[in-house]
Amino acid sequence: MTMLQTAIPSAVPRRARKHRPAAAIGRLGLYGFLVLAALFFAIPLIIMVSTSLKTVEEIRTGSIFMLPQALDFSAWAKAWSSACIGRQCEGIRGGLWNSILIMVPSTALSVLISALNGYALSLWRIRHAGLLLSALMVGAFIPYQVMIYPLVRMSSTIGIYGSIPAVVLVHVLFGLPILTLIFRNFYSALPEELIKAARVDGAGFFRIFFRIVLPMSTNVIIVALILSVTGVWNDYLLSLIFAGRENLPMTVELASLVSTRIGVPEYNVNMAATIITALPPLLLYLFSGRYFVRGITAGAVKG
Amino acid sequence: MMARFALVPSILLCAIGFYGAMLWTVVISFTSSTITPRYEFAGLAQYVRLFTMDRWHVAYTNMFVFGALYIACSLIFGVLLAIALDQSIRGRNLLQTIFLYPIALSFIVTGLAWQWLLNPTTGLQNYVRGLGFESFAFDWLSSPDRAVYTLVIAGVWHAAGLVMAIMYAGLGSVDGEIWRAGRVDGIPRTTMYRRIILPMLKPVIIVCVVLLSMDVIKSYELVVAMTGGGPGYSTDLPAKFVVDNLFTRTNIGLASAAATLMLASIIVLLLLFGWLQKERVAR
Repeated sequence: MTMLQTAIPSAVPRRARKHRPAAAIGRLGLYGFLVLAALFFAIPLIIMVSTSLKTVEEIRTGSIFMLPQALDFSAWAKAWSSACIGRQCEGIRGGLWNSILIMVPSTALSVLISALNGYALSLWRIRHAGLLLSALMVGAFIPYQVMIYPLVRMSSTIGIYGSIPAVVLVHVLFGLPILTLIFRNFYSALPEELIKAARVDGAGFFRIFFRIVLPMSTNVIIVALILSVTGVWNDYLLSLIFAGRENLPMTVELASLVSTRIGVPEYNVNMAATIITALPPLLLYLFSGRYFVRGITAGAVKG
Repeated sequence: MMARFALVPSILLCAIGFYGAMLWTVVISFTSSTITPRYEFAGLAQYVRLFTMDRWHVAYTNMFVFGALYIACSLIFGVLLAIALDQSIRGRNLLQTIFLYPIALSFIVTGLAWQWLLNPTTGLQNYVRGLGFESFAFDWLSSPDRAVYTLVIAGVWHAAGLVMAIMYAGLGSVDGEIWRAGRVDGIPRTTMYRRIILPMLKPVIIVCVVLLSMDVIKSYELVVAMTGGGPGYSTDLPAKFVVDNLFTRTNIGLASAAATLMLASIIVLLLLFGWLQKERVAR
């Protein structure tokens, strides 16, 4: 459990180094490697953006690396509000609302429940706490495919299959292991005296949680929220199966939009739709860098 | 008292949702179910059928081909990036941001981007031919033998940044004394990394391998977005095989048998990692 706790504080100041002239060629090779790597990572995004701004004619006659001659946002407009997904030609804007409707309760519930779990598992003496956590973590390793059909049957038995509550419940279930782990690791570092003192003052389990522990958890809540929001937003399979035809989120709508073939393939519209769908998590990443990295790497803290 | 009580909903949810569902799938795999579950014991019939299917063999083999290459390439590339960034580089924050952003994108988006780039008629091949290299061929995406490697390229693009971030943090945690001692002894930096620093970071590397293997076993969406399992079923994966047989071919029993084999593979993998960890503690 300790491996990443020691590895994560990444703000450790780097060692200062002396540069010898003989190493200049080495430095050149180093920068060359880094620039090439940066191109490898950046090119797909650049090409998506540039393709989305071209006309169909431009795409047909030019190469993918050619920049658009004029900034033409009509593909974006079409992807947003009039591109065909199957037989419906209303773009992917409907998916945005569905994504939000699924995302808000899913993330709120999973973060709240996971925080409570982490708090109970770390700050209260619970018998077999380690065993419970391990049993929970197993869920993070098992592919959805192993559980998905029984979950479909279960949710239809209780009458929610094909609705937003069903997909929210499934998201909460699959989010629990990692998020609980993040909170548990955070709360394990809090001093036990904190709880003891509060208990002496007569505060109970939930009072301590809401009054003392939760207000101290802003950072870890942000990390967990980012991880959860990105995960739910980017999910395809669970939403496709559990949300029902009326409630499909953007990621699923995008996949169907791209596979809908009517007449000439409009790659510019496809790429615009792809970028629109990728934009929310991308912006989240750009504006929350440190927290984002902490979230995805926190998933690594497994014993 | 209250603390136990607060855990009950989660415990119930996971007991039913994870363990109950897993058990149910295993049970169905031993029945003759097709469109709906029918609880007639059929022994290993579904497994026997599975093993006669060429598509299953292709899917299962692909998981190992894709998995091995994806893990190895992401790891090597990520470690190299982390080491390169560790050399007091200018513009490090910007580079890190560029290396890591794909992890924010879904596999659907990743697959679509790379499909567009590698598409022989519109993408890279067309571009290079346009430069005058008429015979240039890069049509892996439409070649049954090679399409699986395009998945590796896209996967590595998605995941190498994650390895970089974890390893970079790991490199930062190495005690400065070790570097100083190495300098005093006149050990070249490359030797230091190869013989001392990376072996020290073995636990961090194992973490990366675990994370990447989880991706491999769950990889479904990348295939759906990039190749749709094609050409033919040459890029099929067990995850896709299961979903297709559950929801479009309605072979519940067969799909459950395939899912059970996925589960068995994971258990073997988990035991292996557990054993590796124990080895590490023992030494």
